[in-house]
Amino acid sequence: MSVTDTSQSIEEQFQNNVGIEVDSDEVEQRVSTLVDEYMVPEDEARRSVVTYLLDEYDIERDTFYAQSGSGNDLVACGDIDKPELWIDVRAEVVQLWEPKSDSIAQVGLLADESGTVKFVSWATSDLPELDEGEAYALENVVTDEFEGKYSVKLNKTTDIEHLDEEINTDNDDYGSESVTSEGALVAIRPGSGLIKRCTRDDCTRVLNDGRCSEHGEVEGEFDMRIKGVLDDGQEAEPVIFDLEATEDITGWSLEKATDAAMDALDTSVVADEFRSMLVGRYYEIDGPEIGEYHLVNDCEEIGEDVAFEADAARLLNEHFGAEIA
Amino acid sequence: MSSSASSPNDGRTDREPAKRAFAEEFADATELFQESDDERAPKYAVLPTGQRANRMFAVGALLEAENLAKSGDDEYWQARVVDPTGTFFVYAGQYQPEAMAALRSIEPPEYVAVVGKPRSYENDNGEVLMSLTPESITVVPEAARDHWVVETADHTIARFDEFAEGPGISPDADRAREAYGDDIEEYEVAAKEALAQVADIELAEDETDAE
Repeated sequence: MSVTDTSQSIEEQFQNNVGIEVDSDEVEQRVSTLVDEYMVPEDEARRSVVTYLLDEYDIERDTFYAQSGSGNDLVACGDIDKPELWIDVRAEVVQLWEPKSDSIAQVGLLADESGTVKFVSWATSDLPELDEGEAYALENVVTDEFEGKYSVKLNKTTDIEHLDEEINTDNDDYGSESVTSEGALVAIRPGSGLIKRCTRDDCTRVLNDGRCSEHGEVEGEFDMRIKGVLDDGQEAEPVIFDLEATEDITGWSLEKATDAAMDALDTSVVADEFRSMLVGRYYEIDGPEIGEYHLVNDCEEIGEDVAFEADAARLLNEHFGAEIA
Repeated sequence: MSSSASSPNDGRTDREPAKRAFAEEFADATELFQESDDERAPKYAVLPTGQRANRMFAVGALLEAENLAKSGDDEYWQARVVDPTGTFFVYAGQYQPEAMAALRSIEPPEYVAVVGKPRSYENDNGEVLMSLTPESITVVPEAARDHWVVETADHTIARFDEFAEGPGISPDADRAREAYGDDIEEYEVAAKEALAQVADIELAEDETDAE
């Protein structure tokens, strides 16, 4: 996303909302200073410049944002393909996830019939809470992109209206129902075990050697996850266990993992432990399929109560009608 | 082995599934092919029942693991993993540090799961032998072994049934037919005997006239 695009979207917003033509050189100059010199994230820069302009043109904040709904395009979840656009969305909150940071009030997944998109609502925005399974019209949200995946961020100016109508959420990305898969866990991939996430703003990105791709060197906060591959011999399916699912299947709390890593002076011991504990065993997992990942809400090892003798006898009978001595 | 780096390939969906075949069939899968001349193109073993395998998942009893390297050389481990039909030979060297560490520490006998790539090599007598280059070797409970046997029998029978429909059913079945011929009944019999073992059923004497 470029300084020019950000500047243009600010100009458009002033044009659309209050019919004012702002000085585009000045806007671009200001955005550029914040972004290029002060390394301010673009949405912060945008907010700051808008605030400056409101002051400069003596526009009431409320008047300005009261108009904003009509100024944005209504974009379907599956059609979001550019970052840092101000848009309106009508969608159902199909999932709420555990915020990984205090700066996040809510995080989850929005869906309509075109697809799904992650949303984030900041604690500082102080917005009303969204409920899972409810549909909303969200006016004035900002799109964002990370590793090719788009999300929308709610902000102070976002207008939330609860909708009584139902929104059809059947789409290729997301059947509103949880899906079950069975198979052997054949791999635990890099990026699993004890990880650290960026705590700057609402970032939550996973740190790589203590660095966040957006915020550089940061302290970060521990989290656990498993990125695995569940394989039934026909298909290899990427699966993700979040903190809760990881604790559940490994019996390791975040505290235990942190202690183990401290003792070894190396976080990779946790993933190694998980590998020897889990790889090669059969699991049944349950959860939504999001993009290319199957997220694990519930997971059970297959084996303890399963009568493989009976399965074997049934197969024998089906395929061979074997006479039994 | 690092847990912090995330590779750009994360989550790619084109990962090859790990095929299930009994040791007896795998040992015969000596025909290998690549779809392009690119050295890094995936290498497939052709299973005699007519499917390709770029990766295998095998569960069995680890009966032996030994370091074959002469003193001073890099470690090179050979392991024998046995299922109801035969033996998977597994070789782990310096490029399989995780699997090698597992082989060093596991005391046979123990049920293990092996995820690995099929490789072929020629012995001194000019025989082509199949082995697995392991991505992982982990200790698993007996239930996982039973599960694998039932699943592998199921997949073997499915491949057998498809193959039996005759030439032209799939390119991989045709490859297998060309490389090894039509007679694949032994693999069906092996599946049956493995099932009988798990089911704890004694097959009748004349079991070979099945179907």
